Amino acid sequence: MIDVQLPSLGPEMTSGKLLEWRIVPGQQVRKGTVIAVVDTEKAAIDVESWHDGEVVELLATPGQDLAVGTVIARLATPGEARLTLPASVPRSVPTPSAPPSAAPVAATVRALPAARARAAELGVALEGRRGRGPGGAITLQDVEDWATEHAPRAADAAAGGDRPDSVRRAIAASMARSKREIPHYYLWDEIDVAAALGRLRLFNAARSVTGRVLPVAMLLTAVARAAGEFTDMNGAHDGLHYRPSGRVNLGVAVALRSGGLIAPALIDAHLLSVGQLMQGLSDLVRRARAGGLRSSEVTGQTITVTALGDEGSRGLLGVIYPPQVALVGIGRISLRPVVESGVVVPRECVTISLAADHRVSDGRRGAQFLARIAALLQSPELLEGT
Amino acid sequence: MTQNQELITAIIEVLASVAPEVRDLELDPHAPLRDQLELDSMDHLHFLIGLHGRFGVDIPESDYGAMRKLDEVANYIAPRRQPGP
Repeated sequence: MIDVQLPSLGPEMTSGKLLEWRIVPGQQVRKGTVIAVVDTEKAAIDVESWHDGEVVELLATPGQDLAVGTVIARLATPGEARLTLPASVPRSVPTPSAPPSAAPVAATVRALPAARARAAELGVALEGRRGRGPGGAITLQDVEDWATEHAPRAADAAAGGDRPDSVRRAIAASMARSKREIPHYYLWDEIDVAAALGRLRLFNAARSVTGRVLPVAMLLTAVARAAGEFTDMNGAHDGLHYRPSGRVNLGVAVALRSGGLIAPALIDAHLLSVGQLMQGLSDLVRRARAGGLRSSEVTGQTITVTALGDEGSRGLLGVIYPPQVALVGIGRISLRPVVESGVVVPRECVTISLAADHRVSDGRRGAQFLARIAALLQSPELLEGT
Repeated sequence: MTQNQELITAIIEVLASVAPEVRDLELDPHAPLRDQLELDSMDHLHFLIGLHGRFGVDIPESDYGAMRKLDEVANYIAPRRQPGP
């Protein structure tokens, strides 16, 4: 039997609120299946299963605030004797005390305990209805939707209210820890990207608007590939030891419309072509703002990039996200005077900076890392095979 | 003019899918959108993808400069839009 615990969905997270179950007892789940939606200070996150198995019981109720590490469900591993637990009668789930007036629900209705309780509260009849859960089981969301025509989604409701304050608190905790614990050093360089942007314009001219690549995706691709080669920039430091990562889960700082930011990961970004990275980035930005980020995307970052965009400042010196050991800052691309063969010419340039952890690397190594990013941007192969 | 108004309303709907705060604003059609909304390059691209889906108009990168204001977007779309279903 596997205890499923409420995972930490960020380095400073101590508790979270269960918003919704996405599984029912009896259901088979695989590693990576979304099992629940949990609200954190920054966003509602889709929590994924770490294991393959069969859901035996759910031990928490939507709406509950839970400490990180609380056992919220139990899974039977594929090898274990299958428990005979009819999905329609989930036992051992702490059903929230329904009002005594709640009508008994026919046993043939397949519904999650929380959905039954909520249905009783809202006076929604469940008989004869099919939900969107596995096998037509009625979920809490179904009940909410039936209760009001335009019921706000759990994620939307959670996104309102005091969200900006809590986002700011989460950023403050993480950044204060970073400045307390990580001896940062900073380097920056101005990189001539005129040739790279010229190739990108040709690349985009041949594509419909849905297949176009933004300059930021090209820059991120170069950073991801360089990070894959520089093991001392890509990994995690637990305060005592540094563990380099074998893969690059590239955190990308995304500004939230309500203020603040979140930096979810593009998983295995070093393996992506520019086109694939662009698709991934587009999807990640949408979900960061609208909800639907997955737990693996908010916990597994190995290095982070913050890009200010074309309305931003020329450059920035960033703050590393613990337990990572490097942050790459990308400023605004702009025309700047460049000396070429003794003549000053206007060229499109971008200032790329590195904030890195002196416990793991030094300035010489950092300079090599920045030089590698610049070299990748000059190489026409960056855009090939996309 | 009424046809233009209908087009502008439809364009604002597309914009709202990218920047929901537009619903609470009175946009000036003659002022740059980026001065009135916080749109980054990804938002702008999502807006263009939305226009493409809605009106069947594919806007080449070289024309981006002609689409900074709401009235410019409408003037660009109007002669090129595909007849709706």
